[in-house]
Amino acid sequence: MATAAALRKTYFLVFGALLLLTLLTAGIAYVDLGPLSFAVALAIAMTKAALVMIFFMHLNHSEFLVKVFAGAGVLWLLHMLTFTLADYLSR
Amino acid sequence: MSPVVEPIIAPENLPPRVNYLNAGYGIRSWLLTKDHKRIALLYLASITFFFFIGGAAAVLFRLELLTPQSDLLQAETYNKLFTIHGLIMVFFFLIPSIPAVLGNFLVPMMIGARDLAFPRINLLSWYIFIIGGMFTLTAIILGGVDTGWTFYTPYSTTYANTYVIITAAGVFITGFSSILTGLNFIVTIHKMRAPGMTWMRLPLFIWAQYATSLINLLGTPVLAISIFLIAIERAFRLGIFDPALGGDPVLFQHLFWFYSHPAVYIMILPAMGVISEVITCFSRKRIFGYSFIAVSSLAIAVLGFFVWGHHMFVSSQSIYAGLIFSFLSMFVAIPSAVKVFNWTATLYKGSIIYQTPLLYALGFIGLFTIGGLTGIFVATLAIDVHVHDTYFIIAHFHYIMVGGALMGYLGGLHFWWPKITGRLYPEGWARLSALIIFVGFNLTFFPQFILGYLGMPRRYAAYPDEFQVLNVMSSAGASILGIGYLIPMIYFIWSMRYGPLAGPNPWNAKGLEWTTPSPPTTENFEHKPHITEEAYAYEVKEEKVVG
Amino acid sequence: MSDKSTAALAHQFDDPEQQLEASTLGMWAFLATEILFFGGMFAAYAVYRLAYPQAFAAASNHLDILLGTVNTAVLIASSLTMVLAVYSAQFAGRRAQVTFLLATLLLGTIFLSIKGVEYAHKFHEHLVPGAGFRFDGADPRHAAIFFSLYFAMTGLHALHMVIGAGLLIALTVMSWRGRFSAVYYTPVEMVALYWHFVDVIWIFLFPLLYLIGRH
Repeated sequence: MATAAALRKTYFLVFGALLLLTLLTAGIAYVDLGPLSFAVALAIAMTKAALVMIFFMHLNHSEFLVKVFAGAGVLWLLHMLTFTLADYLSR
Repeated sequence: MSPVVEPIIAPENLPPRVNYLNAGYGIRSWLLTKDHKRIALLYLASITFFFFIGGAAAVLFRLELLTPQSDLLQAETYNKLFTIHGLIMVFFFLIPSIPAVLGNFLVPMMIGARDLAFPRINLLSWYIFIIGGMFTLTAIILGGVDTGWTFYTPYSTTYANTYVIITAAGVFITGFSSILTGLNFIVTIHKMRAPGMTWMRLPLFIWAQYATSLINLLGTPVLAISIFLIAIERAFRLGIFDPALGGDPVLFQHLFWFYSHPAVYIMILPAMGVISEVITCFSRKRIFGYSFIAVSSLAIAVLGFFVWGHHMFVSSQSIYAGLIFSFLSMFVAIPSAVKVFNWTATLYKGSIIYQTPLLYALGFIGLFTIGGLTGIFVATLAIDVHVHDTYFIIAHFHYIMVGGALMGYLGGLHFWWPKITGRLYPEGWARLSALIIFVGFNLTFFPQFILGYLGMPRRYAAYPDEFQVLNVMSSAGASILGIGYLIPMIYFIWSMRYGPLAGPNPWNAKGLEWTTPSPPTTENFEHKPHITEEAYAYEVKEEKVVG
Repeated sequence: MSDKSTAALAHQFDDPEQQLEASTLGMWAFLATEILFFGGMFAAYAVYRLAYPQAFAAASNHLDILLGTVNTAVLIASSLTMVLAVYSAQFAGRRAQVTFLLATLLLGTIFLSIKGVEYAHKFHEHLVPGAGFRFDGADPRHAAIFFSLYFAMTGLHALHMVIGAGLLIALTVMSWRGRFSAVYYTPVEMVALYWHFVDVIWIFLFPLLYLIGRH
């Protein structure tokens, strides 16, 4: 049960980190960082998403194929955004 | 001449006493079935129904186009008819055709599995398909929809007073049916292969289905969301795509073609899979360049997502984006050509048997090549500006979708019909109808290349007098094509009862599906097969000498 | 215990491992689909935010940041209880499973209720796009696009939550009947994957919708 206890501890730690990041992103929104504001908000969101996916959704214990499919969805979304914006930004 | 049609009723040719067709009787045993083979037949019946609805619309507008004036149909009716034709044929016939019918039947059998990974989801996907179809049919019965199958804004938002939302709901719902089928295939191909069935031993049909499923999974949801946004824009008068309210109609085109260009490959890739199976079987030769054909399927699926802007060259898309999309589109030609060359090389010095499925396959190679090469024309930015939205485009994509995908589907249906029903179709009639379809198809669509090049725009009920001769040719071809489609319909139904018994392997084909009795039992295999050889080992003796 | 797992093995699979692997892969493939489903709206958001940054910032300021932050915390907490429900299926008993599932359901309901309150506020403030839309900022036309996207994105997200709540109810009943054990808990794990995914979507919606132009 030692591993079980460790697992449980990880879940609570991740939960704490997610709460802290939520407060951080809400607080930092009031600070004027110029164009960096968006980058910081997005970076925090990606960190949070990664924490949820790796620990809560058990990607850390998943087989390689599952990681590939998780990555494929994200990659395809980025591809769609890039190519669509490439049109709008070059008009 | 044909070595196989002699009806010998040897004991081994008798169908198993209990097979998947008679494992249960009554409507309940069909509507609640979880057997992938029965679900394939449910799809077969449904898409045939939709095919004839889409075909009926085509009959009406081809009749209208016999004369330059819009006399038989009013312009509004004409708009509704070509919309119905496009919607039904794309979403309710071509996209499900090979995956949902032949794929459903064959994927588990070809890899040595008892069923797909998720049989209940498989049945669910058929019900979702039917519900989506009901929505679309309801819209048609209520008075139709006139946006074109592309739902372009602002036609579909500001300027349509037809049943856009109901139709959109139908397409939205049906999308989930192909997502679920794709998901099922992907998991099945990854996780359910029989021992020894390594990736490089998979039939090429499976590779094609896998590539198709990837597109379904990663593309279809984007279509769903763009259709959803159109529906809420209409329902709540939002301005997401409406320029009057600050939105951008071109954004819809981006989202739409992000799916709908790859969707062309959803239609053609499975047909390519069928062609690979048929050609190697009827040349009695191992397929040439197995790994190249396999990888080219994946390459087409991936590249298909990088070219969607070539539908938008004249849409106000930036010229730089246009250039890049035009350039990237050329790359799709490479894997497509790889396939065509490899099929031709397979035929070279093969012991060719001109059985009906091979006739369709040969037709496919020729027509697909024309469709593909004209695809290079229209993907070239400068030429597309000239032929955009003309009949050249119509002809081009019909060579791909009818000359390619539909020929592949019919070829595959003939090839596996003995497996599906346990009975042979009449070979003479089948060859005749294959020939009629080939002739009718070319007569219908080749004149449209010329019409388009001369500048006849698509989607109009009336046209200048000088285009009449070519239009009459096209309509005449369409009637021949129509007859060509009716003949198989009749002899397939006839053969289910009166066709000679096929036996397990009437073509002496390789592949696990041919090791089972025809029709197969519910569990497909008596014992879990162990695979010890490559796919298409048609020349085992020679291979031993070489190896 | 093992009897139950055999009973839960569908005929097309050879063994429980194959079944679990297939289900996990299937669920992730479905989630990849979902990413692209929401992705279409993210693309629309990106295009319009780049085109009308001021209007988006002004419109975003009309959202309630306190309720948004609280809701984010509620959803994260529900993810924790969800993962603890899976943990209980693996290591603890039926009672713990049911408790955590119900806690997740409760937190999900709180999230939806707060969302409902926010929607009601927007309705009263005439910030729902359409005929009744009124916006006193500089660029009401493009602010309306922001609110169109806000309602489309949060609305579809909420719909996913409602579906998730339905799944949780079914799961709770199954769990109460003792269907899950350390050997077989695939449905719990699958619903959990879905629930966490809905959480991840919100993790992006929160900064994109609530936190622009606050300074």
